Amino acid sequence: MSPAMSRRKMLKTGLGAAAGVGALGAGIAIGDRCGLIPANHRGLYGLSETLTYAGQRLLTTLPSMAREFNRGQITKVPPVNGPAPKTEAYQRLKDTGFADWRLTVDGMVTRPASFSLVELKSFPSRTQITHQACEEGWSFIAEWAGVPLSYILEKVGTHPDAKWVFFFTLQEDWWDSLDMDDALHPQTVLAYGMNGAEILADHGAPLRLKVARQLGYKSLKFLTKITLADRPDALGDGLGSGAPAAGYSWYAGI
Amino acid sequence: MAETALPLAVPTAVESTSQRHRLFVRVTHWIQALSVLVLLLSGVAILLAHPRLYWGETGAVGSPSLIDLPLPFVLDVPIRGPGRYLHFLAAWVSVFTGAIYVAMALATGHFATNLLPTRGQLTRHAIARVFGDHLRFKRSTEDELATYNILQRLSYSTVVFILFPLIIWTGLGMSPAATSVFPFLATSFGGQQSARTIHFFATSALVLFSIMHVVLVWQTGFKRRMRAMITGQSGNEKERP
Repeated sequence: MSPAMSRRKMLKTGLGAAAGVGALGAGIAIGDRCGLIPANHRGLYGLSETLTYAGQRLLTTLPSMAREFNRGQITKVPPVNGPAPKTEAYQRLKDTGFADWRLTVDGMVTRPASFSLVELKSFPSRTQITHQACEEGWSFIAEWAGVPLSYILEKVGTHPDAKWVFFFTLQEDWWDSLDMDDALHPQTVLAYGMNGAEILADHGAPLRLKVARQLGYKSLKFLTKITLADRPDALGDGLGSGAPAAGYSWYAGI
Repeated sequence: MAETALPLAVPTAVESTSQRHRLFVRVTHWIQALSVLVLLLSGVAILLAHPRLYWGETGAVGSPSLIDLPLPFVLDVPIRGPGRYLHFLAAWVSVFTGAIYVAMALATGHFATNLLPTRGQLTRHAIARVFGDHLRFKRSTEDELATYNILQRLSYSTVVFILFPLIIWTGLGMSPAATSVFPFLATSFGGQQSARTIHFFATSALVLFSIMHVVLVWQTGFKRRMRAMITGQSGNEKERP
């Protein structure tokens, strides 16, 4: 091989590699802007996490409503997983009918606010009978009643750059976040009712999140605070939720 | 009938004596084998969190199951957390590899020449002969080693055209996001739990196939078969004077 040939080959290889890196960089930038990059996108698993999240977000640009069922299909004895906190503080809240409990909404909002349970119940409600699957494999169907999250977000006025909605609960390790696609989805509700009655303590009283298009662990119980942010890594350990620290994916649309 | 069938099969046999398996077949075969192994191990890690299978939409401890698998409930997060991550990583590798395989197979006519049963093979006499040979553990002839017989074609076709699509379909049938767009992914099988159950049984069929596949490779000349799937050379020519 002549020196000229090998130089040309090197140049070609170099240009090819540069183009590849450039395309990857551009892909990530476009993906980020279009909201296709999940909170935990780093490392080897980050690759498949990103593919799954981006794939499903592209898919859910089509009409996307979780299946709803009729009353006859409601699971007779809904399984309990992650029961109510066995703390004095929770017991006190429960004994007083959650009169002292409030939901705080802050972060990138125009009108930070906090709502009592009575106020939340006075807002327009949505009732839905949906299927919830646990990542363990079991599942059940229940009726949920609550305020659509989109209503609360509209009420507090979200900043145009706010792209992520963080949730905090009475349990320190249980915090999570949603992208705007799921946060504004009509079937994402802050539920205070279950199967035609008040939500039971073991199912998340006084208020739990219901995200119909993701696995059960995203539907946090015992909510206390909602914070809006512009970055998925803005709060907590930067992984978007307490789930990755516990070994689970941030995105659970599977 | 068998005589008229032979000329159909022979050209592929002649073509492929020097090169038994095409490059794309060999590369996708090994990547797919590895991803299926990882999918299986990580799938077991996920299954152990709840080794009960149900039919219909729902199912949990306290409701009747279809089958209680004779496996322990293992709820350790360090097993099923990585299991879940690994399952989806391997699933993407498997799907991409499968897509490349199908595209190349269509482009090269691989399905028609090598995988789908030829008309001559589908006669009762021909099937009975191959079946009989297998029952008597009769060694394959050189010609037969250069192409696939009817039982191979039927089982490979089942894996490629039935089992893999079924596993992908039922996998998506368990996804609340995917079924929110395409509800039929779950409803076509009677519900989310039915999809999970079929995912398990289709996988079991794939495992059975894999065991048979390895046993038969072993029995019919492990070294030569492995060489053919790694280097593409069948080695037939070299052994002839």
